[in-house]
Amino acid sequence: MIRYLLRRAGNIALMLLGVSILMFLLSAAAPGDVLSEARMNPQISPETLQAMRVQYGLDQPLPTRYWKWLSSVAHGNLGYSFLYNLPASSLLWPRALNTLLLTVPALFLSWAIALPLGVLAAARKGSWIDRIFSAGTSTLLAVPDLLLALLVLVFALRTHAFPVGGMNSHDTSDFGWWTTILDTAWHMVLPVTVLVVGSIPTIIRHVRASMIEVLGSSYMKAAEGHGLSRFTLLYRYALPAAANPLITLFGLSVAALLSVSLLVEVVMSWPGMGPLLVEAILSRDLFVVIGATMLSILLMGVGNLFADLLLYTVDPRIRVQHES
Amino acid sequence: MPIFFYIPWIHVSGCNMKAKSAWVAIWFLAGLHLLVLFAGFFAPYSYDTQDRYQPFAPPARIHFIDANGKFHWRPFIYRSVSDIENSTEYKEEQSTMFPLRFVTHGDRYSLLGLTDSSIHLFGVDEPARIYLFGADGFGRDQLSRTLYGGRVSLFAGLLAALLSATTGLELGGIAGLYGKAVDEVIMRLAEIFIAVPWFYLLLAIRAFLRLQIEPVTAFMLVVGVIGLVGWGRPARLVRGVVLSARERNFVLAARGFGASNTYVLRRHILPSALGVVFTQIALLVPLFILAEVVLSFLGLGIGEPVPSWGNMLSYAQQHLLLTSRWWMLLPGLVLVPVFLAYHQLLDSLHLRLQ
Repeated sequence: MIRYLLRRAGNIALMLLGVSILMFLLSAAAPGDVLSEARMNPQISPETLQAMRVQYGLDQPLPTRYWKWLSSVAHGNLGYSFLYNLPASSLLWPRALNTLLLTVPALFLSWAIALPLGVLAAARKGSWIDRIFSAGTSTLLAVPDLLLALLVLVFALRTHAFPVGGMNSHDTSDFGWWTTILDTAWHMVLPVTVLVVGSIPTIIRHVRASMIEVLGSSYMKAAEGHGLSRFTLLYRYALPAAANPLITLFGLSVAALLSVSLLVEVVMSWPGMGPLLVEAILSRDLFVVIGATMLSILLMGVGNLFADLLLYTVDPRIRVQHES
Repeated sequence: MPIFFYIPWIHVSGCNMKAKSAWVAIWFLAGLHLLVLFAGFFAPYSYDTQDRYQPFAPPARIHFIDANGKFHWRPFIYRSVSDIENSTEYKEEQSTMFPLRFVTHGDRYSLLGLTDSSIHLFGVDEPARIYLFGADGFGRDQLSRTLYGGRVSLFAGLLAALLSATTGLELGGIAGLYGKAVDEVIMRLAEIFIAVPWFYLLLAIRAFLRLQIEPVTAFMLVVGVIGLVGWGRPARLVRGVVLSARERNFVLAARGFGASNTYVLRRHILPSALGVVFTQIALLVPLFILAEVVLSFLGLGIGEPVPSWGNMLSYAQQHLLLTSRWWMLLPGLVLVPVFLAYHQLLDSLHLRLQ
């Protein structure tokens, strides 16, 4: 078990290494750097520019820079933000936490909602419920997340029911931590709604498809013949048998949610990784861009690892396979 | 959620209906692409024609019955005017009617880059302007801009998907055919491109390219970046097909008869890979249209004055606009039928291939 997990973790580490090398190579080929803007400014002398280049380490060859970056990662710094004059990690970590604050509840909420709906659609295959679900999910799938976010924003602005933008109202810090938490939760409602509504249709479809496959099998017919109740049949017997592809999807949906969250954060001005990344791109803040990408891979890797663990506990076949 | 993984949603019943709706989807998409290709003719104005006196004019209402209750065979509109100067509260000035003119002269445009023309499908006489989708903050016609913007957004998605699919076909084919070290290197690389959350990857690659660029270069660049990000999945699928096709009995038989490598590749392996590639294209196009829209929305794609659905939508980010001028959302709403059509197409392709 532990060896299995270690191997998966090693895979992620290798992936991170590969992506970082790829990105450094790309950055060497890139036109312009963080100083491009300063170079346009006639008030900054060439000497100052040169000094800045040396200070940022831009005058050194690529392998040296990569090595320095690696050692900075080893110290937990993830490089240096040119724009803020801070270690990139001190910018990224709080933002990453804010992103997780959206994606983790969205992940569990969307599965909690979609799982029973998918099972219901599969159990009533061909009925009007199934048809309504099928039509509903097709329609929702065709609504891009960007539009969904904007539409939810319109709703919020029209009804004034939910706060729009940011993580906190500006006056809550005076009222103690409990009020602050409630206020943040209140601000989370809209972005989490967008994420959940955006990811539900895919999950429902997959749950339905893999449940239908299991429900059609002969051992389910036999179990039904023994007079088991409908609920036990569906949730105690059919769902675990159908779980494997769904658990893999659970891991994959982490990556999808991270991507969508980026966009939702920008639209709803949630102080997560999204706005930071866009700002870093516009100002050519190289290490923040690389750091954000690394973090996204890390988070996604953790999600997949979690799915693997789940698979390991749920499916005895895999356990036996790995122990032998 | 990106539509990377939906293989299993096929309802096997109602095969005929599926085939029929696939044709509806194909005709709809073909029509839409023609519409945006000939945007110059179908749009009443050019994408950058401004009317500074009518910012945010609401969508025009087409009338048949005038203020006195008289019926007219030729539809007409009233001009939108505001009482107070610089206000964007409009009402219709009902003293003069402006009848709709069909096949009329207007702004000059280039027809497919071949010839210049100034003939538009419809329009109204000056000084009135017809805004079927309303106007934006510069008094530019949203309908015209949506049509021209579709040219950018739809074709960026299509070209990027073609780029991704051909790159995937070639690299996947090479990996499958040569095997060993080549296979290992290509597939590891593909894995990176598949595993990284695609949106982060898209932005990361975009981050290393020039920011302020000409619209045409920007279009090429956006197509290139999006296409590059998506090649992993088709490559992996094609490799799988090639690997299994290599061991199939009819291929072994053909080899036994002395068929050459290229013959086997062309006659047996490519046809089985093409099905996968077409399905991948149908799956990638909507995704990539969205990618262009999002890039331009964030100001990292195609910029003003050339419209794309993304940079048009970025105006809708301003909260005030969003509540009072719903027509600023129209370029986003257009995406829904486009996506529906592509998903329908994808469904039928899956069904056919099974």
